[in-house]
Amino acid sequence: MLKSIPSALLGATLAGVALTGHAYAETTLNALFMAQAAYSEADVRAMTEAFTKANPDVKVNLEFVPYEGLHDKTVLAQGSGGGYDVVLFDVIWPAEYATNNVLVDVTDRITEEMKKGVLPGAWTTVEYNGKRYGMPWILDTKYLFYNKEILEKAGIKEPPKTWDELAEQAKTIKEKGILDTPIAWSWSQAEAAICDYATLVSAYDGKFLEGGKPAFTTGGGLDALNYMVSSYTSGLTNPNSKEFLEEDVRKVFQNGEAAFALNWTYMYNLANDPKESKVAGKVGVVPAPGVAGKSEVSAVNGSMGLGITTTSKHPEEAWKYIVHMTSQETQNAYAKLSLPIWASSYEDPNVTKGQEELIAAAKRGLAAMYPRPTTPKYQELSTALQQAIQEALLGQASPEDALKSAAENSGL
Amino acid sequence: MSGTWISTRAWLMMLPLLVVMVAVIGWPLVDTVRLSFTDAKLVGTAGSFVGADNYAKMLTGSNFQRALVTTTWFAIVSVAAEMVLGVLAALLLNQQFRGRTALRALMILPWALPTVVNATLWRLIYNPEYGALNAALTQLGLLDSYRSWLGEPGTALVALIVADCWKNFPLVALIALAALQAVPRDITAAALVDGAGPFNRFRFVIMPYLAGPLLVALVLRTIEAFKVFDIIWVMTRGGPANSTRTLSILVYQEAFSFQRAGSGASLALIVTLLVTILAVAYAALLRRAAGAS
Repeated sequence: MLKSIPSALLGATLAGVALTGHAYAETTLNALFMAQAAYSEADVRAMTEAFTKANPDVKVNLEFVPYEGLHDKTVLAQGSGGGYDVVLFDVIWPAEYATNNVLVDVTDRITEEMKKGVLPGAWTTVEYNGKRYGMPWILDTKYLFYNKEILEKAGIKEPPKTWDELAEQAKTIKEKGILDTPIAWSWSQAEAAICDYATLVSAYDGKFLEGGKPAFTTGGGLDALNYMVSSYTSGLTNPNSKEFLEEDVRKVFQNGEAAFALNWTYMYNLANDPKESKVAGKVGVVPAPGVAGKSEVSAVNGSMGLGITTTSKHPEEAWKYIVHMTSQETQNAYAKLSLPIWASSYEDPNVTKGQEELIAAAKRGLAAMYPRPTTPKYQELSTALQQAIQEALLGQASPEDALKSAAENSGL
Repeated sequence: MSGTWISTRAWLMMLPLLVVMVAVIGWPLVDTVRLSFTDAKLVGTAGSFVGADNYAKMLTGSNFQRALVTTTWFAIVSVAAEMVLGVLAALLLNQQFRGRTALRALMILPWALPTVVNATLWRLIYNPEYGALNAALTQLGLLDSYRSWLGEPGTALVALIVADCWKNFPLVALIALAALQAVPRDITAAALVDGAGPFNRFRFVIMPYLAGPLLVALVLRTIEAFKVFDIIWVMTRGGPANSTRTLSILVYQEAFSFQRAGSGASLALIVTLLVTILAVAYAALLRRAAGAS
């Protein structure tokens, strides 16, 4: 059950005054990561091993949970007096974590070299109210993946540049009988659906919030949902999208059952792996399209960062570990899974080799990254929007009404 | 004199247990009640007293009412199906046939599996692209195209109920089977000689032995079904469009996802109260059943 607040506070205070680890004593860090997308569990273990080799006096215990459990696990551990020293956090959480004192402010720990070297857009992942609460670690946005072979079969020369063009091309593919439902999305009742929605909101130049109040019920926010609903009802979108998460989208695309799919960086190299995928070598990737007169491309900021918890008794070692995990050397070594946060890496042939197409898309996509709203009440807002998206898709409510009830239920 | 001494000694002997009970059940419960009257957050501020605000907000909110209906449906349908299936399975396994022992062992398997494993398994079965259920129904000619069982509000709750039944009917079957083993053979033989049909044999000979244990199973299963969380969280997270959001999921979201410990606690206590009312009603039934037999 819920632990009493005073004792949690006491725990936090005690942890705060506890002495940091002695240089010779063995320190054990507990770190919480996620078990999907970007770096795999084995990769995180390998990166960590490199760290413990260089720092034999530090031991790191790793724990992995699915993305869907990451936020609640972090908060629960904090609510019961701590447990983790280092946690992986999503771009949507710093506001809440800073407000509730979950993460340590590391603004002063960040060196000049880091400030200069890391892509400017990446910092928004860890910022709230001008302070930084960790280091960006996974730089990510959703791209438009397409099946080159299917487009060729349909006589389509170029991948779509606008969302309307995407619908046109999907229609052509459907009418020629190549695929019945050419587009796949992750619209399950989960954060994944909000990422797709946010991509469209950025394309339609919409706003989630204005002056801290919901602003998605009109303009771009409404256009975005209207697009989703019409894509769904016209049969251009795979109807199972409403129960898909990213991994389901990947499987459908890899089986050659989708011409277009919106997904994160990690899909590129997996879908091109002949062991994994039936469409290896036919995978095209471009930035998600724009809207004529409003945007060239669209992109949601889906990056994640690593931070130190306020309950950690070893903030020094924890920071050292984070510096290692986010270093240019580590990031370059695993660039096939997640693109580096360091600007100069994009000119490094070792990084770009074999994924030139992805790098080209990333240069435009990452520069256009659109943030999901920064508010301590994000979870509530997101839950309300997830419901609205599903109600609109299922025809239980019109997009206008669905978004209106989401605004009412957002707690803002 | 000696009487009081004995009862004092009895209390003294029970003291360690009482201390533990108060520590692990009493105190958290009292603290939850305290929390439920505050606007405390899960982390950070301790919150201030807000009276019955949380209760008023929760009880009048459409989310609570909808979740209550969903939970009630889930509980009634899944428990009824589990009882019927459990008794049928027990009657079958009570017959003499080859391979009976192996079948008994096999039947316990779903119940022995961790819920998360069970839920993941059923997600695969229901998968809209390559799920076994779609494949089977299409091959039998019952479906003309694959369906999204967990993606449609019309079928998602039913799909969850089926998964829950598969996991939990073995428990009912085990309890019923144990009761059936206690039915004396000469009575059933006598009923046969008297020319009683199968239905009458079940109704008048077997049922009196089954009634008590089945009521116990009914109580256990109803309370568990009312508190259902994990199987739904893994399979649908309360979707599509919140059509499978039960009370426990609402408690979880309120307390942990949205970090409103105060209103989460009030909701948890409302659910506790509902389950307690159910349990008391059942206990009365049990007593009546015991009195009747």
